[in-house]
Amino acid sequence: MQTPVIEARGLDLTFQTNDGPVQALSNIDLTIERGEFVSFIGPSGCGKTTFLRCVAALETPTGGSLTVNGLSPEAARQARSYGYVFQAAGLYPWRTIAGNVRLPLEIMGFPRAEMTERVARVLDLVELTGFGQKFPWQLSGGMQQRASIARALAFDADILLMDEPFGALDEIVRDHLNEQLLALWARTDKTIGFVTHSIPEAVYLSTKIVVMSPRPGRIADIIDSPLPRERPLDIRDSPEFIAVAHRVREGLRAGLQGAEAA
Amino acid sequence: MIRKSVPVLTIVALILGLWYLGAWGMNRQWALDQAARAEVTLSEAEIFVDTMSQDRPKLPAPHQVAVELWETVAMKSPTSRRSLLFHGWITLSATLAGFAIGAVAGMLLAVGIVHNRAMDMSVMPWAIASQTIPILAIAPMIIVVLNSVGVSGLLPKALISAYLSFFPVVVGMVKGLRAPDAMQLDLLRTYNASASQGFWKLRLPASLPYLFASLKIAIAASLVGAIVGELPTGAVRGLGARLLAGSYYGQTVQIWSALIGAAVLAGLMVGAIGLMERQVLKRMGMAR
Repeated sequence: MQTPVIEARGLDLTFQTNDGPVQALSNIDLTIERGEFVSFIGPSGCGKTTFLRCVAALETPTGGSLTVNGLSPEAARQARSYGYVFQAAGLYPWRTIAGNVRLPLEIMGFPRAEMTERVARVLDLVELTGFGQKFPWQLSGGMQQRASIARALAFDADILLMDEPFGALDEIVRDHLNEQLLALWARTDKTIGFVTHSIPEAVYLSTKIVVMSPRPGRIADIIDSPLPRERPLDIRDSPEFIAVAHRVREGLRAGLQGAEAA
Repeated sequence: MIRKSVPVLTIVALILGLWYLGAWGMNRQWALDQAARAEVTLSEAEIFVDTMSQDRPKLPAPHQVAVELWETVAMKSPTSRRSLLFHGWITLSATLAGFAIGAVAGMLLAVGIVHNRAMDMSVMPWAIASQTIPILAIAPMIIVVLNSVGVSGLLPKALISAYLSFFPVVVGMVKGLRAPDAMQLDLLRTYNASASQGFWKLRLPASLPYLFASLKIAIAASLVGAIVGELPTGAVRGLGARLLAGSYYGQTVQIWSALIGAAVLAGLMVGAIGLMERQVLKRMGMAR
């Protein structure tokens, strides 16, 4: 059997704040296999972003075990095994779109010719061919976010971690980007971890949905989606889709009630 | 063009009007005293004419300063000691040398403060303390100390000028180098970027707009430093020397023309930095 891409066992993370300790993650057990598209959904404070940041070694867990590609998260970060897409595009205003996509390649020391080739390829992948010489402010918010996805794809990490990448965009743009993201996933066969607080987005995109609940952040339900990998937008009107969305909603509600009771 | 120039010209006319009014008010007593001594009575019109053309007025009228400027800038050879250009160049060279030293020192200190925790804790209080000491108090000491080790001429003045100009550069550059937010820094962490890559690719470019803003303040401060540095040298050469000589001999017209000369110089230098800023930011794609 293959090693799982991400494996968490009894993962805990407690932040020491001025108001005392806050338990952000409690006893997280999760296995993500190669090629899965996993969404993390839950209300704010449920630890979905924190979990993603632990995988990226941007936070350090205080208990339990976590491996990424069979390595510790820190070793996986140093091996540059993942691309991370943040909530905001965060493009450098002084670099062109191509220049921004080239940034990780420059840092990782790719040869010049290969950089040019890779930039062209990933810009094509996110349908931004022809915009390479534009500056970020000349592009719409949705295009900027696509450029930031291209930047995360440029160095061919096999894991893509996305923290509410479309949260700040309107629904029409978001639908379009979701479709593009699925197509991109199908073409590249990456493992994707995707944080969202939109139920339709989570159900539409994912092969596995992790429903989380707050105080302390924990997993309320893990749903393996019965939907096929091929997903046109109107699959969202199908009974299977609605059934999964219903189960996610139930999980969220149960988690919140549990949090209030506790 | 007209929409812009009308308000500007109105302000200029207003300032000149106030200036003339001030010259008339402040020089009036001298005119009356002179008349009393000569035992003549002057009409208001005669008094007005006199206040506009005294040799050593308390406040020279604008046209007197303009004539003095014309005579010392255009009518004298730039190598003559009576030329304002000659003195202006002396001050300018000390200013530019001091600005260069101050700007480089300021940038290096800022890089140290941002990257080294010990420097972060220790340098800033000293930098602030250095600026609370009046430059007039410290300038003669610098001149005397350097003179005693055989350094004189441009360098002592440049150092005083650098003393004033490094501070705004430190403050602006530290702010600029720290401008990238947590997300930008996290992004570089996900690439496993080194500290020096973070500096060259993120912090330095992000700091440039802040740097240019503080360079403008710094170059004006440099000029003040160079002029102050010329005062204790026995008033030989430079705009500071012109100011000092003017005040020794009650040559108010000369003082004012030197002041105007200094102001024009400061304006030109700040303008040059602004031009550089526009060019650089445009090439970086940050000017829209």
